[in-house]
Amino acid sequence: MCEQKIDGIIEKYRGEPGSLIHALVEIQHENHWLPREVLHKIADALTVPFAQVMQIASFYKTFSLTPKGRHEVHVCTGMTCHLRGAAKLRAKVEELTGLKDGETDAESRFTYETGACLGSCSIGPELIVDGKHYGRMTPEKIEDVLKQYE
Amino acid sequence: MPKLQSAAELEKFRAEILASRDPAKPCIAVCAGAACDGMDSAAVAAAFVAEGGKLGDKIEVRTTGCHGYCEKGPNVVVTPGDICYFEVQPGDVPEIMAATLKGEVVERLVYQDPNTGAKAVHMHEVPFYKHQTRLLIGDNPKIDPMRIDDYLAVGGYAALVKALSEMSPVQVLDEVKKANLRGRGGGGFPAGSKWETTRNAPEKTKYVIVNGHEGESAAFMDRAMLTGNPHKVLEGLIIGAYAIGAQKGFMYTRHDMPLLTKHVRNALAQAKEYGLLGKNILGSGFDFECELHFDVGIFVSGESSALMRSIEGNPPEPRPKYIRTSVSGIWDKPSNLNNVETWANVPQIITRGADWFTSIGSEKSKGTKLISLSGNVVNSGVVEVPMGTPLRTLVFDIGGGVRDGKTLKAIHFGGAMGGSIPADLIDAPLDFDGMSKLGAPIGAGGLLLMDEDTDMVEVARYLMDFLVNESCGKCAPCREGMPQMLHILTNLTKGEGKPGDLERLEDLAEVTGLASLCALGKTSADPLKSMFRYFKPDYESRIAGGSAGK
Repeated sequence: MCEQKIDGIIEKYRGEPGSLIHALVEIQHENHWLPREVLHKIADALTVPFAQVMQIASFYKTFSLTPKGRHEVHVCTGMTCHLRGAAKLRAKVEELTGLKDGETDAESRFTYETGACLGSCSIGPELIVDGKHYGRMTPEKIEDVLKQYE
Repeated sequence: MPKLQSAAELEKFRAEILASRDPAKPCIAVCAGAACDGMDSAAVAAAFVAEGGKLGDKIEVRTTGCHGYCEKGPNVVVTPGDICYFEVQPGDVPEIMAATLKGEVVERLVYQDPNTGAKAVHMHEVPFYKHQTRLLIGDNPKIDPMRIDDYLAVGGYAALVKALSEMSPVQVLDEVKKANLRGRGGGGFPAGSKWETTRNAPEKTKYVIVNGHEGESAAFMDRAMLTGNPHKVLEGLIIGAYAIGAQKGFMYTRHDMPLLTKHVRNALAQAKEYGLLGKNILGSGFDFECELHFDVGIFVSGESSALMRSIEGNPPEPRPKYIRTSVSGIWDKPSNLNNVETWANVPQIITRGADWFTSIGSEKSKGTKLISLSGNVVNSGVVEVPMGTPLRTLVFDIGGGVRDGKTLKAIHFGGAMGGSIPADLIDAPLDFDGMSKLGAPIGAGGLLLMDEDTDMVEVARYLMDFLVNESCGKCAPCREGMPQMLHILTNLTKGEGKPGDLERLEDLAEVTGLASLCALGKTSADPLKSMFRYFKPDYESRIAGGSAGK
């Protein structure tokens, strides 16, 4: 985690309670999760009660209150991907990683998540690793994709 | 770039842009829409740029937003002539460049009909495109979304010039009302009436909002529009703000699409630099600013009152509808919200007039509609057709029918709160009111084909599961009712249905619909209702037989 960068983001919004979500989004993007001490800093700097920071941080799905793995593995479960066999992709990812939706492995290699919909329906079903799309996926191809991420 | 101080300066600047461009110079447009991007169109674009560098300045290479034919990406369009190449790989690039220089066509990369083998070279000959009326999305291949000059070159901001220099705010409002522009986000509510309510609200501070949340599953046309041509949406918003008397706007969109956020951020900065946002726009005395806000990952934040809470920095909980957001919205100020496609329609209504606009479409639904075509369809992609177009045209002429030679079982509209209709209603026209009556409201415009193998009970279970996860939890009927429906539906899919289950589902659907505040709860059982209407035997068989057979 890059403390300086996080502090920089918080400073940008000092004294602006209305910018709470902006600050959280930027830190989430930068750091991939929101440590409790950072949330305390945000509460102080933006003059927002800590309880309210927690309310927002725990409500929105984008925010993570626990550390994530080095790589984020996402299986799209949108309607088209679903109709085109996303369930089989999920089963295979779960088999290969031993993870359930939302979990991170003990070595912090992968965090596995599902969700809808990223709008690349035409190339569904798809697997997305660290933002890179792997379209028209089949369960057989997943192992080779995941091997590229250590 | 110095600020443009007046309408005349903008037109002069536009003339300079056009004079500096040679329409005969070949241009290669590489699609970077969501699907093409997913098929690594970036590598294709990079190859074109590298190859173009070797040739000097003979061919222009442009990275653009979504062209539409997502199924066959990465898409490349060569102008002049709109020659379409599909499924282009970096290795194909030298051949395309060489052919383009000679004015020739690479035959092996053009469209070929899967049944007849007939080839189609130009965009207007390709079946996917030739049945469309691409008023909104058609400019996408001509525009690099990062360059405002490209938008100006296709006539961009001419509507804003006209509105600010030739029309009063009331005249602009009247034109939009006369055009009978209906909200494209799902409700089909007349945009002009909504604008008028906000305009007439007593508070002086007013806001306008672009809803670019697009959380509906399998709907991807708004992001194609906003990512591919952000200035068109922004122009509509500025014109709307002028008509309404709003001083500030918000673009509310997804945070998880890197290109989308990049393009919108850049468009706002460029518009400010050119003086199209800020104080005294084009010397008219009209001031307007626009801020970018992000959805952070829950479906209900696309609901208008929830979205406004989110902009304020609060959790996105909807509130009762008897207070209209157009009267009391963000920070209790009058706030007019329309979705991306609605705003994108505004410039052409101003430029070409309400009479022209109302000449397109059906009796009560005017203009065109963007549709995301996906599911078990041969040609998925972003489609634009006049309102009133028969679904058959969308499904077969444009969509190419059902994948893998299967037969069509159902057409589903409107995502998780939409509805499914059986294949024999395929001649119904695409129309707000007509489709609502059939039980499959257009919603934002996500159209899914479901083939003969589709298990309708499983579809309902899947949709309910989605909504259960996306409910904000404020209203008990939504928070508690949906999990109960999900529980029963899950049992049905497992073949463990009990007598009385269908009646209980109907009961739960009614109560959840009546007693929830926002559309998420109210319409959560709409897919189920449409299925009871058209596919009830599929459900009854799960009870009677007790087995999971179809």
